[in-house]
Amino acid sequence: MSTTENLEHAIAETTDDDGDYHEHHSDAYYIKVALVLAVITALETSTYWIDLGPFFMPALLAMMVIKFVMVVSIFMHLKFDNKIFSYMFYSGLILAILVYVAALASFSFFSPT
Amino acid sequence: MSDIAVHTTEADAHGHDEHAAHETSTGLSNNKMGMWLFLGSECLLFGGLIATYMLYRGRHSENLGPDQIFDIPFTSVSSFVLLMSSLTMVLAVSSAQRTDDRRTNLWLVVTALLGATFLGGQVYEFTTFYREGLGFTTSLFSSSFYTLTGFHGVHVAIGLILLMALVGINTRGRIPGQKAEVVELVGLYWHFVDVVWIIIFTLVYLIPS
Repeated sequence: MSTTENLEHAIAETTDDDGDYHEHHSDAYYIKVALVLAVITALETSTYWIDLGPFFMPALLAMMVIKFVMVVSIFMHLKFDNKIFSYMFYSGLILAILVYVAALASFSFFSPT
Repeated sequence: MSDIAVHTTEADAHGHDEHAAHETSTGLSNNKMGMWLFLGSECLLFGGLIATYMLYRGRHSENLGPDQIFDIPFTSVSSFVLLMSSLTMVLAVSSAQRTDDRRTNLWLVVTALLGATFLGGQVYEFTTFYREGLGFTTSLFSSSFYTLTGFHGVHVAIGLILLMALVGINTRGRIPGQKAEVVELVGLYWHFVDVVWIIIFTLVYLIPS
């Protein structure tokens, strides 16, 4: 069984047909998630030695986002919690991204060459 | 039926931990809502620090830049340690939800030890950089780097204090209110510290200047 199938199986164990959250995930489920995170970290680190060429930056950013979403959604239970918590957190996050991308872009645009 | 009763019924249908929030107007735990709001605001703090680092990471002398001083294998191990502390933290929360005090304390202590290992690694890294000549005011790169990673380190240190305090009051059975929720709130803070490091590790260490 692949890692993805293992995760899906673990999720199926803890959610019912409607997708409603059950009180407790099994510890094994969290361990499987942590293993996936560890593998992604190993892949990230490997980019230090392996030249990915033009895929270097997109691959690193994609792995960063995957790890971020996995920890926030599963370890912090945001995926299973009330949506208001998601709105509170992600609105802060999106606001931060927009503000600082705009700030960096303006520095880049107006800086002397 | 009163408003409170209606909200409580809706909350039971929605989530898993709203049982601690029967008296709130939203049907949700105010403590938890406050923690998520705080974490949302923390995104802005770290966003500013990361953006400042990104702006100034190229402003350094020839031999004291990120490509010369960063020890990626060492930082990778530190990152792995902090990532695994997130696992032990979620296991502590899981144990608290099962009202298993012994395992809750065990996982909280393991989390604190992993956090302390990470923090020790950061102190070692800072010391090494300083001995190589990279002081706080050496360059704009060094100032922004130490400020960003230092702020994160302070957050880890606060997390360690919270964890050890939680172990202490849990051992004495003095956790107020819903015990599982208190452990979860500390867990949320700890996981946030981890996700911030996930971003710092990639943007600061792995992507060359």
